[in-house]
Amino acid sequence: MKKIMILLFVSLFSFSVNSNAKSITLGWAAWDPANALQELTKEFTAETGIEVNFEFVPWPNFADRMLNELNNKGKTFDLLIGDSQWIGAGAVYGHYVKLNDFFDKEGISMSDFSPATVYAYSTWPKGSKNYYALPAMGDALAWAYRKDWFDRPELKSEFKKKHGYDLGVPANWNQLYDMCTFFQGREIDGQKRYGAAINTERGSEGITMGVTAAMYAWGMEYENPNKPYDMEGYFNSPQAVEAVEFYRKLYEDCAPPGHSDAYMVANLDAYKSGQVAFQMNWYAFWPGVSKEDSDGRVSGFFANPKQNVAAATLGGQGISVVKYSDKQDLALEYIKWFARPDVQQKWWDLGGYSCHNDVLNSPSFPTSTVYAQGFLDSMGIVKDFWQEPTFVELMLPMQEAIHDYVVNGKGTAKGALDKIIEEWVEVFEADGKL
Amino acid sequence: MSVKKKFKGLSDKAVGWLFIGPTVLLLLAINIYPLVYAIKMSFTNFYANKIGREPQFVGLKNYIKVLNKEAIWEKMQVTASFMFWTLLLQAIIGLGLALLLNRKFKGNELLTTLIVLPMMLSPAVVGVFWTYLYNPQVGLFNYVVNFFYDLGSFDMIGSSTLAPWAIVIVDTWMWTPFTMLICLAGLRSVPNYLYEAAEVDRASKWQQFIYITLPSVLPFLLLALLFRGIENFKMFDMVVELTSGGPGSATELASINLKREAFEKWKTGYSSAFAVILFVTIFGFGNVYVKVMNKIKER
Repeated sequence: MKKIMILLFVSLFSFSVNSNAKSITLGWAAWDPANALQELTKEFTAETGIEVNFEFVPWPNFADRMLNELNNKGKTFDLLIGDSQWIGAGAVYGHYVKLNDFFDKEGISMSDFSPATVYAYSTWPKGSKNYYALPAMGDALAWAYRKDWFDRPELKSEFKKKHGYDLGVPANWNQLYDMCTFFQGREIDGQKRYGAAINTERGSEGITMGVTAAMYAWGMEYENPNKPYDMEGYFNSPQAVEAVEFYRKLYEDCAPPGHSDAYMVANLDAYKSGQVAFQMNWYAFWPGVSKEDSDGRVSGFFANPKQNVAAATLGGQGISVVKYSDKQDLALEYIKWFARPDVQQKWWDLGGYSCHNDVLNSPSFPTSTVYAQGFLDSMGIVKDFWQEPTFVELMLPMQEAIHDYVVNGKGTAKGALDKIIEEWVEVFEADGKL
Repeated sequence: MSVKKKFKGLSDKAVGWLFIGPTVLLLLAINIYPLVYAIKMSFTNFYANKIGREPQFVGLKNYIKVLNKEAIWEKMQVTASFMFWTLLLQAIIGLGLALLLNRKFKGNELLTTLIVLPMMLSPAVVGVFWTYLYNPQVGLFNYVVNFFYDLGSFDMIGSSTLAPWAIVIVDTWMWTPFTMLICLAGLRSVPNYLYEAAEVDRASKWQQFIYITLPSVLPFLLLALLFRGIENFKMFDMVVELTSGGPGSATELASINLKREAFEKWKTGYSSAFAVILFVTIFGFGNVYVKVMNKIKER
């Protein structure tokens, strides 16, 4: 008995030593690219012997879970693929390790990555040369559409007769609206179809990410470029107001019934179940959508249409080392491996969106998938929400006011934007920025 | 024997303290200390996520801010409306069901079990599956409504007019059995001789209900409503799963707003003040209610 106990103790001890010394934990959202990363990481483990454990949190709880962990100086994660908007808080509150010295030492150059992604995912203050993350997953809000329906001769001719131009990838938001209303309530193959599944989610960031796709295309700026945090006349400019009004019109006239609290998964479901002609969603989902085309469904993809300007809502994330980790050296080793061009190429091949120039500038890249060109186009025009340390405080009033106007039909677009500015001023004042 | 030995020499009072000591300590640690800490925080500008920033004393500023904020009063109004309708419906339907189940008929036990099922489910699960029931395209709720009266397509959780009713319906569906059970206990405690005496005095069924049943069951019903009132004042999970407080803020109850202020915006000082105000409100109402209830009992 005594021998058994000793054996048990020794094996338990050796397991705990082993798991502590040669394993790290990576946190990310639970979605398709995370599975691709898990697959890719097997090569890292094979090369280095370092086990990587993953904790993937569903999107609706992702920010809550991760930010609580960081605020509590938790040691659960050694590596975190955090949303682009978290970079300010990660840097200012000291949650993320500054990577400049490590990059210099290992010869990792930020000029090897797409400038838009470095700016968005890695730097704080914005545009500075202080790096807190390596661009890991490029992403932007885009559109998928039912190409098989668009290619039907009877629908093409009916559309052309009605609107005077071809049914195809919309050149601007007005055309998108025309096409959505064309499909709204239409019976195709014996089923009632609808226009577009767009973001309307209230709880986290959904409707903000959706409405800003329109606002950016109308030319909205968050603040006076010459006077930071001066938002009056910029965020609530006539163009911005028009964009928000347009988004409400799109929701009212083109969304399927019950699409009042919808984000990534709900949009995917509406599209995959054949309810809608268009869906708004992140590039991250296109590999899955494309792969699952079946029963005659053929998907086409396009970047966010322009209106007054070409612009798209930024998604995506950088990978950071958590300051509170006891295994920073192992985590840095993972980043060093992940930054390698050959690994980045495999990352793209598996369904991840690499931000490495060697991958993006490869002559075969634009034709490597049906959505690759759209991705390239989008990454050149992306704009992001505030990345301030207080971004959650900035996000919540926008979610409420926009949802109140777009879904609830309460008040006016101008009133909603004015209300948001009022709340934002309060946040910036409390943060000492105003 | 050994316990007796151990306690030998201890007074009754000391033994009593020994028994309740762990509970008191636990209460102090997980109830009283956080409450006192929250009260202390409510007078500061503390942000729990701003590491290294020392909280500063701001006096009553947070309380004034909460009480002067129009949005807070909107949330309180939403909460009050939710409480009023849920309690009213649960009282009427719960009492009705209790009266029904107090009669002896075949299948009584089975029906009681079936009625009680909803309150055994997790509120979060209830919230999730009711979103499917309310789905305008495939939801059973919309189908049933349209079966009896053709309203066409309507969105219970996407419309600001219907969403408050959507959460009232779900809460009523889930918790009416609780009110029913308490009322049923009350009904079964009414002595039969009262009804026999009433029969002798030729009291009608309605008079028996008004003068015997209702006064007897009222303290039980009020107790059930007290529990439900406190619970619904803090209602969170079911509504978050069902509507996330939307559309806009049409169903954003005070507790949901408090969570957003405290754990999403991390305005710890401000949200502590809000929490204290909510606590005082429910504590005040609860005390008045209990006093009224006791007076009714004494009658």
